[in-house]
Amino acid sequence: MTDVSMRIWRGDATGGGFQTYTISQNEGEVVLDVIHRIQATEAPDLACRWNCKAGKCGSCSVEINGKPRLMCMTRMDQLPEGPVTVTPMKAFPIIRDLVTDVSFNYAMAEKIPALLPPPMPVGGYRMFQADVERGQEFRKCIECFMCQDVCHVIRDHEENKAHYAGPRFFIRVAELEMHPLDTNDRREFVRDEMGLGYCNITKCCTEVCPEHIHITDNAIIPLKERVVDAHYDPIAWLGRKIKRRVITSSADAAVQPAP
Amino acid sequence: MTDSPYEHHQYDVLIIGAGGAGLRAAIEAKQRGLKVGIITKSLLGKAHTVMAEGGMAAAMGNVYSEDNWMVHFRDTMRGGKMLNNYRMAELHAKEAPDRVWELEQWGALFDRTTDGKILQRDFGGHRYARLAHVGDRTGLELIRTLQQKVVSMGTDVFMECKVLKLVHDDDGRVAGCVAYWRPSGEFVTFEAKAVIIATGGAGKSWKFTSNSWEGTGDGHAMALWAGAQLIDMECIQFHPTGMVWPLSVRGLLVTEGVRGDGGVLRNSEGQRFMFNYVADMFRAETADSEDEADKWYDDHSAGRRPPELLPRDEVARAINTEVKAGRGSPHGGVFLDIGSRRSAEFIRRRLPSMYHQFMELAGVDITTESMEIGPTCHYIMGGVKVDAETAATRVAGLFAAGEAAGGMHGANRLGGNSLSDLIVFGKRAGEGAAAYVESGEAARGFNMGEVDEAVREALEPFEREHGENPYDVQRDLQEMMQANVGIIRTGSELDNALVQLDGFTERVKNLAVKGGRAYNPGWNLATDLPSMLTVSRTTALGASDRKESRGGHTRDDFPKADPEFGKFNLAHSSNGGNWDSPITTDRAPLLAIPEELKALLEEAK
Repeated sequence: MTDVSMRIWRGDATGGGFQTYTISQNEGEVVLDVIHRIQATEAPDLACRWNCKAGKCGSCSVEINGKPRLMCMTRMDQLPEGPVTVTPMKAFPIIRDLVTDVSFNYAMAEKIPALLPPPMPVGGYRMFQADVERGQEFRKCIECFMCQDVCHVIRDHEENKAHYAGPRFFIRVAELEMHPLDTNDRREFVRDEMGLGYCNITKCCTEVCPEHIHITDNAIIPLKERVVDAHYDPIAWLGRKIKRRVITSSADAAVQPAP
Repeated sequence: MTDSPYEHHQYDVLIIGAGGAGLRAAIEAKQRGLKVGIITKSLLGKAHTVMAEGGMAAAMGNVYSEDNWMVHFRDTMRGGKMLNNYRMAELHAKEAPDRVWELEQWGALFDRTTDGKILQRDFGGHRYARLAHVGDRTGLELIRTLQQKVVSMGTDVFMECKVLKLVHDDDGRVAGCVAYWRPSGEFVTFEAKAVIIATGGAGKSWKFTSNSWEGTGDGHAMALWAGAQLIDMECIQFHPTGMVWPLSVRGLLVTEGVRGDGGVLRNSEGQRFMFNYVADMFRAETADSEDEADKWYDDHSAGRRPPELLPRDEVARAINTEVKAGRGSPHGGVFLDIGSRRSAEFIRRRLPSMYHQFMELAGVDITTESMEIGPTCHYIMGGVKVDAETAATRVAGLFAAGEAAGGMHGANRLGGNSLSDLIVFGKRAGEGAAAYVESGEAARGFNMGEVDEAVREALEPFEREHGENPYDVQRDLQEMMQANVGIIRTGSELDNALVQLDGFTERVKNLAVKGGRAYNPGWNLATDLPSMLTVSRTTALGASDRKESRGGHTRDDFPKADPEFGKFNLAHSSNGGNWDSPITTDRAPLLAIPEELKALLEEAK
């Protein structure tokens, strides 16, 4: 057992600062273990989010030594020697200590037009592994929101949140657009309402994704291509004028009885 | 409108818990046109459902066309050691396929067979490959699908809101609840015509557990306090394969899918020891040589099942025995080996998060090295006693579904039956609650006296200057329960546990909390501890009274199943309705199984 120095940001929306805790650390521990030990001993009111402690729920996102990380998957023995600095995610408003207000993400999720599948045949739909795999990659997302945190469009520009959805929701739209059963069309939505054009593919989101989803290459770039095809191809433009089919609310469309 | 001094909301159907059962119930009630609210202690999408890995069991017959609901029913009842509510097991087996197919309409993307159907995987206790899955992250797929459906329907979700207690009307019907917002610490009241408990499990009372901080049994406890009964609380599932090293992740789940996909258990002598632990009940259908077992994976007609795929209670006890006999691994578990049996490519494709989990947390490459694993507290079969058809409790206006409800799984749950339980009985609870609301029998009035009392109790720890740190009490409780009410139990230790629980009750009455009310985990824990104590006490009482071994309840001093004890559930009731009120335990006879279903159970194989 060795001692480690933890510099943890503590405070709330009105302000705060770093507090340093010197605390024991055991073999194989992750940052969340050490945070829990601080809670159980010196600071029972130290606020942090966590649930599964297995990298599956995406609750314990913070910034460790300035980089977005899951506390439960960051081993202490793989961090550089010296004090470990833990701060809340920068892109979201502070609630308390390491906990931020991530409601922006939940509000954005509500706006996305849902899956619109054809009626289900008896015995279920037929889909093939190669076709579902594209969407499955994006559905690995654990909603840790670290891609949102690192995206400079909103990290440094709070005002952009009004018209920019962020990488998490680009992969959500990509997943729906590539879904073998979907008949909805979100290309205008992703351009006009989600601000896809603001992304200039610096791949910061891909780098921090704990699920190693190829956010930029497999979701954002193909989406940009689809939007471009839809808007700047004159034949597609004409087709759109003649037959428009965008369903923005699925509340009535997606309710279908099981077989 | 009730005159509440707090933020106040009104709903037709209020659902406590936003895991698979709660979300599925919400969809159902919402589709009936009712006003639905969901309360969750965490953020939406983080519930424990997300941790489920292997899959959801449904006899769709996509891989083995011989499979059907009757076989699934039989497997579930035998796995539960016949302590199940047979009607729940029957409905579950019949309805699970439709509930799984329905998820695809809402966007779920399951792994496929070569002809494009939903692929199904083998799991312990299931006669055929039956689990619909997405690699080893099926729970994430389930919760995300339901979450996105709920969001698309415009349902109100109250996140990071902790319910303290249910509230009644003047006639004793459940009429809502009192809660507080974790971010602000402000209290909030919810008035509802029907309340559905979907709060999940209670494993946080044990030291080595796969459960998150949320698994404190809040729903179990508040239902008991509100007048409902809890059954089978002694039946706790210790999942055979939890990580044992590093110590910080001890208890973390390793999916049964590892064994379903070919992984085997070995002791320190390299022996596949499970062949030595095949109970008579399963002998006819279990392979008796490694050669026979290995043929089974590719073709279930070429051999009988490997003993590694016996129900979880059997495997967990065997591992426990091997370790006690000195044939364990260096860190007190046994070895789970898939690396020597399957290609690295196969393992990474089928078990990606297990690969990731061991690589990142233990520095073990499971494609070449064995995993060290041991039993971990995983699931509580026991829960709120409900009506199979409607999920109604004996208290008017109160319903329960999912892990918080009891009966479906009997004394032991089969892997894969919990995700399907959530969607089958989540839907039924939504229907049951909606029908109750529509009947016009629902609550009138809202007892503010109960609210005031709950608020007063919740705030008491702030007023004590020299009380105890809630974290100390929680740690000691977990150690006590692990030591005395763990995987193998004995009368004297259970008596000791009951005495010690009295001491814990006094300690909880003397908790002190530092800091303010806004996002204060110490205070949050102080408000969870009464639930944890109620769960711990009912488990210890049930374990003490059930003088036999059955499923997830093993008594060293009564090592065999006793047919007399197989005729009833132990049902607990609260006398007084407070968290420290006395609890009485009665024998509630099992439902009689109709002859035609009995015939299914008695078939030779």
